[in-house]
Amino acid sequence: MLGIALLVFREVLEAALIVTVVAAATRGVPHRRVFIGGGIALGVLGASVVALCMGFIEGSLGGIGQEVFEACVLLTAVVMIGWHVTWMSGHGKEMVKEMQRVTDSVKAGSSSVAVLLVVVALAVMREGSEIVLFLFGMAAGGAGKLGFIGGVPIGLACGVGLGFALYFGLLRIPIRYFFTATNWMLVVLASGLAASAAGYLLQANLLPAWGNQLWNTSWLLSDGSIVGQAVHILTGYVARPAGMQLVFWIVTFVALVTGMRLVSMRMAAKRCCAKPPSHSAVSTGATRTA
Amino acid sequence: MRWTSLLPVLAFVGATAFAVTARADAMPAFHLVLQNHKFEPATLKVPAGTKFKVLVTNHNPTPSEFESTDFNREKIVLPNTTITVFIGPLDKGSYKFYDDFDHATTGVLIVE
Repeated sequence: MLGIALLVFREVLEAALIVTVVAAATRGVPHRRVFIGGGIALGVLGASVVALCMGFIEGSLGGIGQEVFEACVLLTAVVMIGWHVTWMSGHGKEMVKEMQRVTDSVKAGSSSVAVLLVVVALAVMREGSEIVLFLFGMAAGGAGKLGFIGGVPIGLACGVGLGFALYFGLLRIPIRYFFTATNWMLVVLASGLAASAAGYLLQANLLPAWGNQLWNTSWLLSDGSIVGQAVHILTGYVARPAGMQLVFWIVTFVALVTGMRLVSMRMAAKRCCAKPPSHSAVSTGATRTA
Repeated sequence: MRWTSLLPVLAFVGATAFAVTARADAMPAFHLVLQNHKFEPATLKVPAGTKFKVLVTNHNPTPSEFESTDFNREKIVLPNTTITVFIGPLDKGSYKFYDDFDHATTGVLIVE
Protein backbone atom coordinates (compact mmCIF):
# COMPACT_ATOMS: atom_id res chain seq x y z
CA MET A 1 0.00 0.00 0.00
CA LEU A 2 2.81 2.36 0.90
CA GLY A 3 4.51 1.71 -2.44
CA ILE A 4 1.33 2.57 -4.34
CA ALA A 5 0.72 5.67 -2.22
CA LEU A 6 4.28 6.87 -2.72
CA LEU A 7 4.34 6.48 -6.49
CA VAL A 8 0.90 8.05 -6.92
CA PHE A 9 1.97 10.88 -4.62
CA ARG A 10 5.15 11.63 -6.56
CA GLU A 11 3.46 11.68 -9.95
CA VAL A 12 0.45 13.64 -8.69
CA LEU A 13 2.76 16.15 -7.01
CA GLU A 14 4.55 16.90 -10.28
CA ALA A 15 1.29 17.59 -12.10
CA ALA A 16 -0.22 19.40 -9.08
CA LEU A 17 2.67 21.87 -8.88
CA ILE A 18 2.24 22.85 -12.53
CA VAL A 19 -1.55 23.13 -12.13
CA THR A 20 -0.98 25.27 -9.04
CA VAL A 21 1.26 27.78 -10.79
CA VAL A 22 -1.24 27.98 -13.67
CA ALA A 23 -4.13 28.41 -11.22
CA ALA A 24 -2.29 31.25 -9.49
CA ALA A 25 -1.36 32.89 -12.81
CA THR A 26 -5.02 32.95 -13.88
CA ARG A 27 -6.25 34.41 -10.60
CA GLY A 28 -9.37 36.48 -11.07
CA VAL A 29 -10.01 35.37 -14.65
CA PRO A 30 -13.69 34.51 -15.17
CA HIS A 31 -14.54 30.84 -15.66
CA ARG A 32 -10.99 29.80 -14.89
CA ARG A 33 -12.27 26.94 -12.73
CA VAL A 34 -13.97 25.54 -15.80
CA PHE A 35 -10.75 25.91 -17.78
CA ILE A 36 -8.55 24.32 -15.12
CA GLY A 37 -11.09 21.58 -14.36
CA GLY A 38 -11.47 20.95 -18.07
CA GLY A 39 -7.69 20.77 -18.45
CA ILE A 40 -7.45 18.21 -15.65
CA ALA A 41 -10.31 16.14 -17.12
CA LEU A 42 -8.73 16.20 -20.58
CA GLY A 43 -5.41 15.28 -19.01
CA VAL A 44 -6.87 12.24 -17.23
CA LEU A 45 -8.48 11.12 -20.48
CA GLY A 46 -5.22 11.72 -22.34
CA ALA A 47 -3.27 9.80 -19.68
CA SER A 48 -5.42 6.71 -20.22
CA VAL A 49 -5.06 6.96 -24.00
CA VAL A 50 -1.27 7.42 -23.75
CA ALA A 51 -0.98 4.46 -21.36
CA LEU A 52 -2.99 2.27 -23.73
CA CYS A 53 -0.97 3.39 -26.74
CA MET A 54 2.43 3.19 -25.01
CA GLY A 55 3.39 0.10 -26.99
CA PHE A 56 2.63 1.87 -30.24
CA ILE A 57 4.37 5.10 -29.17
CA GLU A 58 7.47 3.19 -28.12
CA GLY A 59 7.55 1.03 -31.25
CA SER A 60 7.29 3.97 -33.62
CA LEU A 61 10.35 5.90 -34.81
CA GLY A 62 12.63 2.90 -34.43
CA GLY A 63 12.48 2.64 -30.66
CA ILE A 64 12.82 6.29 -29.69
CA GLY A 65 9.09 7.06 -29.88
CA GLN A 66 8.75 7.49 -26.13
CA GLU A 67 11.48 10.11 -25.95
CA VAL A 68 10.28 12.03 -29.00
CA PHE A 69 6.71 11.98 -27.67
CA GLU A 70 7.75 13.25 -24.24
CA ALA A 71 9.94 15.95 -25.77
CA CYS A 72 7.09 17.11 -28.04
CA VAL A 73 4.65 17.25 -25.12
CA LEU A 74 7.12 19.25 -23.03
CA LEU A 75 8.05 21.65 -25.81
CA THR A 76 4.36 22.24 -26.63
CA ALA A 77 3.84 23.22 -22.99
CA VAL A 78 6.85 25.54 -23.24
CA VAL A 79 5.38 27.29 -26.30
CA MET A 80 1.98 27.63 -24.61
CA ILE A 81 3.49 29.10 -21.45
CA GLY A 82 5.64 31.38 -23.60
CA TRP A 83 2.53 32.62 -25.36
CA HIS A 84 0.82 33.30 -22.05
CA VAL A 85 3.67 35.16 -20.35
CA THR A 86 4.34 37.43 -23.33
CA TRP A 87 0.61 38.14 -23.59
CA MET A 88 0.45 38.82 -19.84
CA SER A 89 3.33 41.28 -19.97
CA GLY A 90 1.09 43.40 -22.19
CA HIS A 91 -2.07 42.98 -20.13
CA GLY A 92 -0.94 42.29 -16.57
CA LYS A 93 -1.24 45.90 -15.49
CA GLU A 94 -4.86 46.08 -16.64
CA MET A 95 -5.59 42.89 -14.73
CA VAL A 96 -4.10 44.27 -11.51
CA LYS A 97 -6.08 47.50 -11.91
CA GLU A 98 -9.31 45.61 -12.44
CA MET A 99 -8.62 43.41 -9.45
CA GLN A 100 -7.90 46.41 -7.25
CA ARG A 101 -11.31 47.77 -8.14
CA VAL A 102 -12.95 45.35 -5.67
CA THR A 103 -14.72 43.43 -8.46
CA ASP A 104 -13.57 39.88 -8.33
CA SER A 105 -13.67 39.13 -12.01
CA VAL A 106 -11.16 40.29 -14.56
CA LYS A 107 -12.43 40.72 -18.09
CA ALA A 108 -9.01 41.24 -19.57
CA GLY A 109 -7.56 37.81 -18.96
CA SER A 110 -9.68 35.11 -20.52
CA SER A 111 -8.19 34.92 -24.02
CA SER A 112 -4.93 33.44 -22.81
CA VAL A 113 -6.52 31.01 -20.37
CA ALA A 114 -7.38 28.51 -23.08
CA VAL A 115 -3.66 28.28 -23.73
CA LEU A 116 -3.02 27.40 -20.10
CA LEU A 117 -5.79 24.77 -20.25
CA VAL A 118 -3.53 22.92 -22.67
CA VAL A 119 -0.58 23.22 -20.27
CA VAL A 120 -2.68 21.75 -17.43
CA ALA A 121 -3.94 18.95 -19.68
CA LEU A 122 -0.42 18.06 -20.87
CA ALA A 123 0.99 18.04 -17.34
CA VAL A 124 -1.77 15.76 -16.06
CA MET A 125 -1.48 13.54 -19.12
CA ARG A 126 2.28 13.10 -18.76
CA GLU A 127 2.31 12.17 -15.09
CA GLY A 128 -1.08 10.45 -15.21
CA SER A 129 -0.05 7.98 -17.89
CA GLU A 130 2.70 6.69 -15.61
CA ILE A 131 0.21 6.23 -12.79
CA VAL A 132 -2.14 4.32 -15.10
CA LEU A 133 0.64 2.01 -16.32
CA PHE A 134 1.88 1.48 -12.79
CA LEU A 135 -1.60 0.65 -11.48
CA PHE A 136 -2.24 -1.71 -14.40
CA GLY A 137 0.94 -3.50 -13.43
CA MET A 138 0.03 -3.62 -9.76
CA ALA A 139 -3.40 -5.03 -10.61
CA ALA A 140 -1.92 -7.62 -12.97
CA GLY A 141 0.74 -8.47 -10.41
CA GLY A 142 -1.98 -9.28 -7.89
CA ALA A 143 -1.71 -6.35 -5.51
CA GLY A 144 -4.45 -6.55 -2.88
CA LYS A 145 -7.57 -4.43 -2.96
CA LEU A 146 -6.46 -2.76 0.22
CA GLY A 147 -3.41 -1.40 -1.57
CA PHE A 148 -5.57 0.35 -4.15
CA ILE A 149 -8.33 1.50 -1.84
CA GLY A 150 -5.76 2.83 0.62
CA GLY A 151 -2.79 3.76 -1.53
CA VAL A 152 -4.33 5.64 -4.41
CA PRO A 153 -6.45 8.09 -2.37
CA ILE A 154 -3.62 8.71 0.11
CA GLY A 155 -1.14 9.46 -2.66
CA LEU A 156 -3.65 11.60 -4.51
CA ALA A 157 -4.67 13.54 -1.40
CA CYS A 158 -1.09 14.25 -0.35
CA GLY A 159 -0.07 15.40 -3.83
CA VAL A 160 -3.11 17.62 -4.31
CA GLY A 161 -2.78 18.87 -0.73
CA LEU A 162 0.76 20.10 -1.34
CA GLY A 163 -0.44 21.79 -4.51
CA PHE A 164 -3.11 23.64 -2.54
CA ALA A 165 -0.58 24.58 0.13
CA LEU A 166 1.62 26.19 -2.52
CA TYR A 167 -1.42 27.92 -4.01
CA PHE A 168 -2.48 29.52 -0.74
CA GLY A 169 1.12 30.44 -0.08
CA LEU A 170 1.24 32.25 -3.41
CA LEU A 171 -2.00 34.10 -2.65
CA ARG A 172 -0.17 35.87 0.17
CA ILE A 173 1.90 37.79 -2.35
CA PRO A 174 0.59 41.39 -2.48
CA ILE A 175 -1.62 41.91 -5.52
CA ARG A 176 0.70 44.62 -6.92
CA TYR A 177 3.47 42.08 -7.39
CA PHE A 178 1.26 39.05 -7.81
CA PHE A 179 1.22 38.64 -11.61
CA THR A 180 4.86 39.67 -11.85
CA ALA A 181 5.65 36.85 -9.45
CA THR A 182 3.49 34.23 -11.17
CA ASN A 183 4.83 35.29 -14.57
CA TRP A 184 8.40 34.78 -13.40
CA MET A 185 7.42 31.43 -11.95
CA LEU A 186 5.97 30.44 -15.32
CA VAL A 187 9.13 31.58 -17.13
CA VAL A 188 11.34 29.49 -14.84
CA LEU A 189 8.90 26.56 -15.06
CA ALA A 190 8.94 26.70 -18.88
CA SER A 191 12.74 26.88 -18.95
CA GLY A 192 12.84 23.77 -16.77
CA LEU A 193 10.41 21.91 -19.02
CA ALA A 194 12.59 22.78 -22.02
CA ALA A 195 15.63 21.39 -20.18
CA SER A 196 13.68 18.17 -19.48
CA ALA A 197 12.80 17.95 -23.18
CA ALA A 198 16.50 18.24 -23.98
CA GLY A 199 17.12 15.36 -21.57
CA TYR A 200 14.75 13.12 -23.54
CA LEU A 201 16.38 14.09 -26.84
CA LEU A 202 19.77 13.17 -25.35
CA GLN A 203 18.38 9.84 -24.18
CA ALA A 204 17.20 9.19 -27.75
CA ASN A 205 20.65 10.13 -29.12
CA LEU A 206 19.11 12.90 -31.23
CA LEU A 207 21.29 15.61 -29.69
CA PRO A 208 24.88 15.73 -28.48
CA ALA A 209 25.21 16.08 -24.68
CA TRP A 210 27.84 18.86 -24.72
CA GLY A 211 29.14 17.64 -21.41
CA ASN A 212 27.18 14.91 -19.73
CA GLN A 213 27.58 16.10 -16.16
CA LEU A 214 28.49 19.76 -15.90
CA TRP A 215 28.44 19.58 -12.13
CA ASN A 216 27.10 17.40 -9.35
CA THR A 217 25.06 18.98 -6.56
CA SER A 218 23.40 15.76 -5.40
CA TRP A 219 25.10 16.26 -2.01
CA LEU A 220 23.11 19.48 -1.66
CA LEU A 221 19.76 18.43 -3.15
CA SER A 222 19.18 14.97 -4.56
CA ASP A 223 16.85 14.47 -7.53
CA GLY A 224 15.51 11.39 -5.82
CA SER A 225 14.17 13.24 -2.78
CA ILE A 226 10.66 14.70 -2.68
CA VAL A 227 11.99 18.23 -2.25
CA GLY A 228 14.43 17.70 -5.12
CA GLN A 229 11.58 16.51 -7.28
CA ALA A 230 9.39 19.51 -6.43
CA VAL A 231 12.26 21.88 -7.18
CA HIS A 232 12.91 19.93 -10.39
CA ILE A 233 9.35 20.50 -11.62
CA LEU A 234 9.25 24.18 -10.65
CA THR A 235 12.69 25.12 -11.96
CA GLY A 236 14.09 22.23 -14.01
CA TYR A 237 16.73 21.50 -11.37
CA VAL A 238 18.77 18.35 -11.90
CA ALA A 239 21.74 17.52 -9.70
CA ARG A 240 23.92 16.49 -12.66
CA PRO A 241 22.81 18.42 -15.73
CA ALA A 242 24.07 17.86 -19.26
CA GLY A 243 25.44 20.85 -21.17
CA MET A 244 22.60 20.64 -23.69
CA GLN A 245 20.02 20.84 -20.90
CA LEU A 246 21.63 24.03 -19.62
CA VAL A 247 21.61 25.43 -23.17
CA PHE A 248 17.88 24.68 -23.53
CA TRP A 249 17.18 26.26 -20.14
CA ILE A 250 19.08 29.46 -20.89
CA VAL A 251 17.77 29.83 -24.46
CA THR A 252 14.16 29.43 -23.30
CA PHE A 253 14.65 31.83 -20.41
CA VAL A 254 16.28 34.51 -22.56
CA ALA A 255 13.70 34.07 -25.34
CA LEU A 256 10.74 34.45 -22.98
CA VAL A 257 12.21 37.42 -21.10
CA THR A 258 13.04 39.16 -24.39
CA GLY A 259 9.53 38.47 -25.69
CA MET A 260 8.00 39.86 -22.50
CA ARG A 261 10.14 43.00 -22.66
CA LEU A 262 9.30 43.65 -26.31
CA VAL A 263 5.56 43.23 -25.78
CA SER A 264 5.44 45.41 -22.67
CA MET A 265 7.51 48.10 -24.42
CA ARG A 266 5.13 48.05 -27.38
CA MET A 267 2.11 48.22 -25.08
CA ALA A 268 3.66 51.14 -23.18
CA ALA A 269 4.32 52.94 -26.46
CA LYS A 270 0.74 52.34 -27.55
CA ARG A 271 -0.60 53.68 -24.26
CA CYS A 272 1.48 56.86 -24.25
CA CYS A 273 0.69 57.71 -27.88
CA ALA A 274 -2.94 56.67 -27.87
CA LYS A 275 -4.05 58.54 -24.76
CA PRO A 276 -3.40 62.26 -25.48
CA PRO A 277 -5.65 62.51 -28.57
CA SER A 278 -8.54 60.73 -26.88
CA HIS A 279 -8.04 62.92 -23.82
CA SER A 280 -8.14 66.15 -25.86
CA ALA A 281 -11.16 64.86 -27.75
CA VAL A 282 -12.99 64.43 -24.47
CA SER A 283 -11.97 67.88 -23.22
CA THR A 284 -12.98 69.62 -26.43
CA GLY A 285 -16.25 67.73 -26.30
CA ALA A 286 -16.70 68.97 -22.74
CA THR A 287 -16.01 72.60 -23.63
CA ARG A 288 -18.39 72.39 -26.54
CA THR A 289 -21.24 71.19 -24.35
CA ALA A 290 -20.35 73.81 -21.81
CA MET B 1 7.26 33.31 -42.00
CA ARG B 2 6.72 31.05 -44.97
CA TRP B 3 7.15 27.36 -44.39
CA THR B 4 9.84 27.13 -47.06
CA SER B 5 12.11 29.24 -44.89
CA LEU B 6 12.02 26.38 -42.39
CA LEU B 7 13.45 23.94 -44.94
CA PRO B 8 17.12 24.63 -44.20
CA VAL B 9 16.39 24.19 -40.49
CA LEU B 10 14.60 20.90 -41.12
CA ALA B 11 17.42 19.74 -43.36
CA PHE B 12 19.96 20.62 -40.69
CA VAL B 13 18.01 18.83 -37.94
CA GLY B 14 17.53 15.81 -40.20
CA ALA B 15 21.19 15.67 -41.15
CA THR B 16 22.29 16.02 -37.53
CA ALA B 17 19.87 13.33 -36.42
CA PHE B 18 21.13 11.05 -39.19
CA ALA B 19 24.76 11.77 -38.37
CA VAL B 20 24.19 11.09 -34.68
CA THR B 21 22.05 7.99 -35.16
CA ALA B 22 24.40 6.62 -37.79
CA ARG B 23 27.03 6.41 -35.10
CA ALA B 24 24.57 4.57 -32.86
CA ASP B 25 25.15 1.29 -34.71
CA ALA B 26 28.84 1.31 -33.92
CA MET B 27 28.19 2.16 -30.27
CA PRO B 28 28.91 -0.45 -27.60
CA ALA B 29 25.67 -2.11 -26.49
CA PHE B 30 24.89 -3.73 -23.12
CA HIS B 31 21.97 -5.89 -22.19
CA LEU B 32 19.86 -5.89 -19.05
CA VAL B 33 16.96 -8.21 -18.32
CA LEU B 34 14.17 -7.56 -15.84
CA GLN B 35 12.97 -10.87 -14.46
CA ASN B 36 11.33 -11.86 -11.19
CA HIS B 37 11.64 -8.20 -10.19
CA LYS B 38 15.40 -8.21 -10.45
CA PHE B 39 17.88 -6.72 -12.89
CA GLU B 40 20.03 -9.36 -14.54
CA PRO B 41 22.92 -8.63 -14.27
CA ALA B 42 22.52 -6.32 -11.28
CA THR B 43 26.01 -4.93 -11.89
CA LEU B 44 26.87 -3.79 -15.37
CA LYS B 45 30.40 -2.76 -16.35
CA VAL B 46 30.65 -0.10 -19.04
CA PRO B 47 33.56 1.94 -20.47
CA ALA B 48 34.21 5.51 -19.31
CA GLY B 49 34.34 8.48 -21.66
CA THR B 50 32.24 7.02 -24.46
CA LYS B 51 28.59 6.98 -25.38
CA PHE B 52 26.94 3.57 -25.16
CA LYS B 53 23.51 2.07 -25.28
CA VAL B 54 21.75 -0.18 -22.81
CA LEU B 55 19.02 -2.51 -24.02
CA VAL B 56 16.55 -3.39 -21.28
CA THR B 57 14.25 -6.36 -21.79
CA ASN B 58 11.29 -6.83 -19.48
CA HIS B 59 10.35 -10.46 -18.84
CA ASN B 60 8.01 -9.55 -16.00
CA PRO B 61 4.28 -9.65 -16.76
CA THR B 62 3.99 -6.02 -15.59
CA PRO B 63 5.28 -2.67 -16.92
CA SER B 64 8.44 -1.20 -15.40
CA GLU B 65 10.27 2.07 -15.70
CA PHE B 66 14.03 1.93 -16.11
CA GLU B 67 15.23 5.02 -14.27
CA SER B 68 18.32 6.64 -12.83
CA THR B 69 18.79 10.01 -11.21
CA ASP B 70 22.54 9.33 -11.21
CA PHE B 71 22.75 9.42 -15.00
CA ASN B 72 19.37 11.10 -15.63
CA ARG B 73 17.47 8.58 -17.67
CA GLU B 74 13.91 7.28 -17.49
CA LYS B 75 12.00 5.08 -19.88
CA ILE B 76 8.99 2.81 -19.57
CA VAL B 77 9.52 -0.88 -20.41
CA LEU B 78 6.31 -2.73 -21.21
CA PRO B 79 6.10 -6.49 -20.56
CA ASN B 80 7.95 -8.62 -23.12
CA THR B 81 9.53 -5.68 -24.89
CA THR B 82 13.03 -4.30 -25.16
CA ILE B 83 13.90 -0.63 -24.96
CA THR B 84 17.09 1.14 -25.96
CA VAL B 85 18.52 3.92 -23.81
CA PHE B 86 21.53 5.98 -24.88
CA ILE B 87 23.82 6.90 -21.99
CA GLY B 88 27.04 8.80 -21.45
CA PRO B 89 29.81 9.53 -21.98
CA LEU B 90 30.16 9.11 -18.20
CA ASP B 91 33.07 9.68 -15.84
CA LYS B 92 34.47 6.73 -13.90
CA GLY B 93 32.41 5.73 -10.89
CA SER B 94 29.31 3.82 -9.93
CA TYR B 95 25.84 4.91 -10.92
CA LYS B 96 22.66 3.47 -9.45
CA PHE B 97 19.59 2.66 -11.50
CA TYR B 98 16.22 1.23 -10.49
CA ASP B 99 12.72 0.29 -11.56
CA ASP B 100 10.65 3.38 -10.78
CA PHE B 101 7.55 1.20 -10.47
CA ASP B 102 9.28 -1.02 -7.91
CA HIS B 103 12.09 0.67 -6.00
CA ALA B 104 13.25 -2.62 -4.51
CA THR B 105 14.53 -3.56 -7.98
CA THR B 106 17.91 -1.88 -8.32
CA GLY B 107 21.20 -2.23 -10.14
CA VAL B 108 24.53 -0.47 -10.53
CA LEU B 109 26.42 0.75 -13.55
CA ILE B 110 30.17 0.49 -12.96
CA VAL B 111 31.93 2.92 -15.28
CA GLU B 112 35.64 2.16 -15.64
